[in-house]
Amino acid sequence: MELINLTIDNKAVKVENGTTILKAASKVGIKIPTLCYLGLDDLGVENKPGGCRICVVEVEGRRNLAPACATNCAEGMIVKSNSMRVLNARKTVLELILSDHPSDCLVCAKNGNCDLQSMAQDMGVREIHYQGEQSHYKEDFSPSIIREMDKCIMCRRCETMCNDFQTVGALSGVHRGFQAVVAPAFEQDLVKSPCTFCGQCVAVCPTGALTEVDHTNQVIRALANPRKKVIVQTAPAVRAALGESFGEEPGTLVTGKMVTALRQLGFDYVFDTDFAADLTIMEEGTELLDRLTRHLNGEENVALPILTSCCPAWVNFFEHYFPEMRDIPSTARSPQQMFGSIAKTYFADMIETKREDLVVVSIMPCLAKKYECQRDEFSVDGNPDVDYSISTRELAALIKQANIDFDSLEDSDFDQPMGESSGAGVIFGTTGGVIEAASRTAYELFTKKKHERISFEELRGFDGIRQATLDFDGLPIKIGIAHGLGNARKLLESIQDGSCEFHAIEIMACPGGCIGGGGQPLHHGKSSILLARQKAIYAEDSAKPIRKSHENKYIQELYDKFLGKPMSEKAHHLLHTHYFDRSGSDIVIKKD
Amino acid sequence: MEIKTMKRVDIIFAMEGVDPVKVVENAIKRDQDDIILDMIDSGLKGRGGAGFPTGLKWKFTRNEDSLEKYVICNADEGEPGTFKDREILDRVSEKVFAGMAICGYTIGAREGFIYLRGEYNFLLKKLNQKLSVFNAAMKKLGLDFVIEICSGSGAYICGEESALFESMEGKRGEPRNKPPYPTVSGYLGKPTVINNVETLVYACMINRLGAEEFKALGTKDSRGSKVFSISGDTPNAGIYELELGMTVDSFVQEFGDGDTKAVQVGGAAGGCVPRKQFTDTVIGYEGIPTGGSMMLFNSTRSMYNVLHDYLEFFTEESCEQCTPCRVGCQQLLMGIEMIKRGERTPAYLEDLKKLAKTMKISAKCGLGQSVANPFVSIVNNFKEEIIY
Repeated sequence: MELINLTIDNKAVKVENGTTILKAASKVGIKIPTLCYLGLDDLGVENKPGGCRICVVEVEGRRNLAPACATNCAEGMIVKSNSMRVLNARKTVLELILSDHPSDCLVCAKNGNCDLQSMAQDMGVREIHYQGEQSHYKEDFSPSIIREMDKCIMCRRCETMCNDFQTVGALSGVHRGFQAVVAPAFEQDLVKSPCTFCGQCVAVCPTGALTEVDHTNQVIRALANPRKKVIVQTAPAVRAALGESFGEEPGTLVTGKMVTALRQLGFDYVFDTDFAADLTIMEEGTELLDRLTRHLNGEENVALPILTSCCPAWVNFFEHYFPEMRDIPSTARSPQQMFGSIAKTYFADMIETKREDLVVVSIMPCLAKKYECQRDEFSVDGNPDVDYSISTRELAALIKQANIDFDSLEDSDFDQPMGESSGAGVIFGTTGGVIEAASRTAYELFTKKKHERISFEELRGFDGIRQATLDFDGLPIKIGIAHGLGNARKLLESIQDGSCEFHAIEIMACPGGCIGGGGQPLHHGKSSILLARQKAIYAEDSAKPIRKSHENKYIQELYDKFLGKPMSEKAHHLLHTHYFDRSGSDIVIKKD
Repeated sequence: MEIKTMKRVDIIFAMEGVDPVKVVENAIKRDQDDIILDMIDSGLKGRGGAGFPTGLKWKFTRNEDSLEKYVICNADEGEPGTFKDREILDRVSEKVFAGMAICGYTIGAREGFIYLRGEYNFLLKKLNQKLSVFNAAMKKLGLDFVIEICSGSGAYICGEESALFESMEGKRGEPRNKPPYPTVSGYLGKPTVINNVETLVYACMINRLGAEEFKALGTKDSRGSKVFSISGDTPNAGIYELELGMTVDSFVQEFGDGDTKAVQVGGAAGGCVPRKQFTDTVIGYEGIPTGGSMMLFNSTRSMYNVLHDYLEFFTEESCEQCTPCRVGCQQLLMGIEMIKRGERTPAYLEDLKKLAKTMKISAKCGLGQSVANPFVSIVNNFKEEIIY
């Protein structure tokens, strides 16, 4: 690789040809401020439209200032990142952005977590000289995401995630000039777009323009209602990220503290979605083996590969873009919905409570879960299996509002029977985890032998698309894994055109799987945070006494006492679902 | 400084004795490098306004190692006060095609596109008819080069070359980060020559007449002649081809109505020359460059209204991508309105001038960078009209 020498703020730097000034500067401890730039190197995501113009620097010999994020270094370049000319321009540009921004920081959902707010503080803006117009757009409410575009700074990060990474194409620039706004085509509402509610736009939005629908008040009301029994389930990825909201290092597991906090909040039963993940494996694993066996017996028209179905954004995606393939995904409901369904039948009977008097709350790293629990097929006579789904961020807010000092909490354990889970249930939280969990069980059910190694390391990693072949006692089982819907699209197209063959495929919509979900504490462009969370998930798995779903004794008990066996008629009724062709239709939302 | 007096020229529209196909036929008998040397020697600079040496542009693209290259004729003539390309395409389109074909031969491109301004769609039928004849003639000559027309949709910003590529590729018309320049990465990411309509006609004519004849016109920094779109307070509004290097004064003597107080040179994005600067300002790259628009204003005109119109135009036509342009244009517009209404003191004009200068150095593309030209020149020279 050709090396290039340059100086930035009088410091000599040597970089590879093709390196931007921004990256070169960071190598010598110069942190050039950015707003629109987003670089998730581990995912290959880069947003650098050179739009905000905050990162402009002076390059000797150049007439105008250069955006550091989008200008490559050249031999002998002399760069100044903090000259008077640069500082003046940068501050003026920031004032312009602020002049078109509602200054309602104190009541904004992103207060204290906003890149624009931090930038204004860092740059020492105390006055906005320019007092022109402010943009006004109508607010857009969907079941998961709120768009408040008055707060948009046109950084286009959301577009990069939606179009380049997810290939969903729900958001793009509409109109031009001062009227321009990022919106679905023809400025329609999100619900009329192919939006999957994955929430990756929310995860990267530098301001409060894109936020989640907040259900914390409904949860507080339910908790305060003496006639209701309120039970909570927590998804695996939450425990690996919640700590970040309380100043913990990324990757710190806070499972025990989280359970204690939930109990202090007043939930009657604190359960674990991981229990339902184990249940999912029983159903999905059995379904896989069923299809596989029929296929091996020479039966034609067996829908293979089987695709996982626990990610609701992924379900929305294929219903929109691949409706012709909707018989391929497993019919197993997601763990959130299996949990709700079992909670409002099996568990409700157990504690002799009527369905209507039970409130099921889920804590999810995900925004699409908010939409999923509102789907018609997941309710009985208008009573939803899961009443409210709140994000990791909303849980952190609830804990803070309840005056709970999270740091000082003691650890405690989940309640039973729906709080017990195997390590397999835990790894649902990261890419490759569901298929590894399924493999641990399917291997033993299929071969009738014990898999001594337990882990399937070959399924782990962070690459967008991964493939592995597992040896099921002489039978090669081909596995595909994708995280990110753009990668999922590639994988699906390779199946459609016949260039790839698999027996089973796991797909997660978000980068890294649920650990990178749209409802998690914001990563602010640091993909290292996602890697740390992934590590934490595997650590929790290793520490579990039980590592395989079918060895979870509460799951065994559930089948013995209630469901019969996997894929029984009762299981079908309560734990499976069907999919719709949404390629042409709008998503129908229920009004509260 | 070398100064010329106002002189009319007839190169662009002259058809007598000019057979564009023949010009191409002769050109493709020559070595490509010789054509480039001639083009560089002629001193021809881009006639769209930016004034980049055409020969160098061709040379850089020719030097790129790529199997696919493109020639694009920028016919997205959208600058307020400019209407010369419409006339050129209407009257001598074959000369434009010939310029493109010679360029294609020189740089090694097999496809050329004319990006036609959406509002000029009325020319489409005629142009396509002429194109099919021309394309057939090229085939007969054995030149592997085909021209197609690509229609714009009415956005000013798409006249900016990289936004034009985006538009052609079916995307939202927004300028790209530069570098890389089109000579390296243009349409579909391939090396591309993009020239203004008029530039391509001159390219054709330099091949027809030789560099010497072209070079004999104009000054050291501004060789040749240029087509001007003349409008405003003038008894002789219209399109004229004039030798470069004259002063604004000599221009006004010919085209003014005797009461000219200012000339806006280069359209809304250009600069405003007040009467007191007429004699000292040369029209050309060494003085005030222009894409051809010359708007004359007499004493009955309010320069506040002129500036207000321009700013309204930019506020609407900014692509929105970069902050300085998207918010800045609107701030300048609101700013002069507030001063006019007495809501801000005249001192606010200094803040606005500072803002305009920041836009010049920090905006992403030529649109945002050039708003300072009319703003600063009008405010500096007609301050009273802006305030009172």
